[in-house]
Amino acid sequence: MNLTFATAGRVLAQLRADRRTIALIVVLPCLLIGLIAWMFEDNEMVLDRFGPVLVGIFPLIVMFLVTSVATLRERQSGTLERLMTTPIRKGDFVAGYALAFAVLSLLQAVVVVGWSVWLGMDVEGPLWLVFVVAVLVAILGCTLGLGASALARTEFQAVQMMPAIVLPQLITCGLLMPRDQMPEILEWLSRVLPLTYAVDAMQNLAAGEEWEGIQGSVGVIGLFIVGAVVLGVLTLRRRTA
Amino acid sequence: MAIRVAGLRVVRGGRTIISGLDVDVPAGSVVGLLGPSGSGKTTLMRAVVGVQDRVSGTVEVLGEPAGSPSLRRRVGYVTQDASVYTDLTVAQNLDYFAALAGVPSRGRKAAVAAAMSDVDLGGHEKQPVRTLSGGERSRVSLAAALVADPELLVLDEPTVGLDPVLRRDLWDTFRQLAASGKSLLVSSHVMDEATQCDRLLLLREGGLVADITPGALLEETGAPDAERAFLALIDAANAAGAEPPAREVRGRSTGGVHEPVAADRGPAGGVAPGTAATDGTREEDAR
Repeated sequence: MNLTFATAGRVLAQLRADRRTIALIVVLPCLLIGLIAWMFEDNEMVLDRFGPVLVGIFPLIVMFLVTSVATLRERQSGTLERLMTTPIRKGDFVAGYALAFAVLSLLQAVVVVGWSVWLGMDVEGPLWLVFVVAVLVAILGCTLGLGASALARTEFQAVQMMPAIVLPQLITCGLLMPRDQMPEILEWLSRVLPLTYAVDAMQNLAAGEEWEGIQGSVGVIGLFIVGAVVLGVLTLRRRTA
Repeated sequence: MAIRVAGLRVVRGGRTIISGLDVDVPAGSVVGLLGPSGSGKTTLMRAVVGVQDRVSGTVEVLGEPAGSPSLRRRVGYVTQDASVYTDLTVAQNLDYFAALAGVPSRGRKAAVAAAMSDVDLGGHEKQPVRTLSGGERSRVSLAAALVADPELLVLDEPTVGLDPVLRRDLWDTFRQLAASGKSLLVSSHVMDEATQCDRLLLLREGGLVADITPGALLEETGAPDAERAFLALIDAANAAGAEPPAREVRGRSTGGVHEPVAADRGPAGGVAPGTAATDGTREEDAR
């Protein structure tokens, strides 16, 4: 456990040294939400309905990208090989990354939600649950990124993993079309993809549901996180060719 | 014995890098690992620290099978390229590796300071590693291993790119570590460093050419310096390796030059005598 915290602290120190990345992670979603608010100036319903959903989607995309590139960098710089000769367990490594990025995504969620509320977003359900879902999605993105980086040999491949793994989820998550109106096969596909449940939870919060209304979705996201962590640990190899 | 290797065989990318290697590294000594590019030095070191896949044979480190979890606290590995976090400062790097090694947070500052002075980097604590020179970076990488105070240090070309003064100072540090009971396996291609070792292991094409003391190396080859002695041995091994019916010799003698080894080299794999001299540099470095 100590090594998890040591690793999370090290990753956070690396992030602190990279102010531009932090600025991008925090400012970019604000700009995008600002654009939407501006575009639908006359219809406040849009921001109320889609604001929370976007707050739930940004962390997945951003944390997926940041983690897969960061892990690939560890592989290529030789630091991962070196870590594998130290007492750190693979679970410490994965959990350390997830923890560090959860802190970053909490910062992102606080700023983005604060900004959205200032722009006039009105969440009917409890606001703190919006944070909870956003952080869980961030951890999910982080763990998925760890798994995906194991499949990528180069930076080019790592970046292409984003559209490969994130875009299908975006298309079927219910943002473009309500899921019950999709062709049956796509609806089934949406049920096995984690982002669906994040969007579902956020939509329910926007519609005024409380914890009881989202606990199922949150549970599923939790299961996906556990699965992705296990995958991330399994794809880390102490011995390489 | 700090390291005992018997019948080691490693396959990388479909190619047999090491075939049937027997090597001993006594505790409390500095053992130099020499050999041409692609001779399997890095692969052997990776097998010793337990990160090399597709290893068969016996590799025993500090009395336990290589790669055992309990060894990770006792063995320090420094890769050829500096493997530290370039976006962190020197102190942040060392503090992290000290934490991984289980140095309690109270003693960490002192451990970091000691490791920094061992590699002569005092005063650079707050500097991001990316702003350091190549030689300074490799010293940070070495310090990241020293900070864990391991019983066995496996160092892959630790003095590459360093000036003579620093090289001398580092070798003094290695000698002190050995004097305090630590064991070191150090690969190098700077031959005058070979004379600083207690023993030398000469590899060629994944086989052991010689396991010898520096003094005996000079004596047996009759060469005036370590570099020419090394060349004489490699040339002799290459010439012998080019003859098809060469017999594989797997001695465990502790004093002398082995008969040149032609490991797993059938007639089809033989090299025409005229090309033998370039044989050792034909392959990419196995890293």
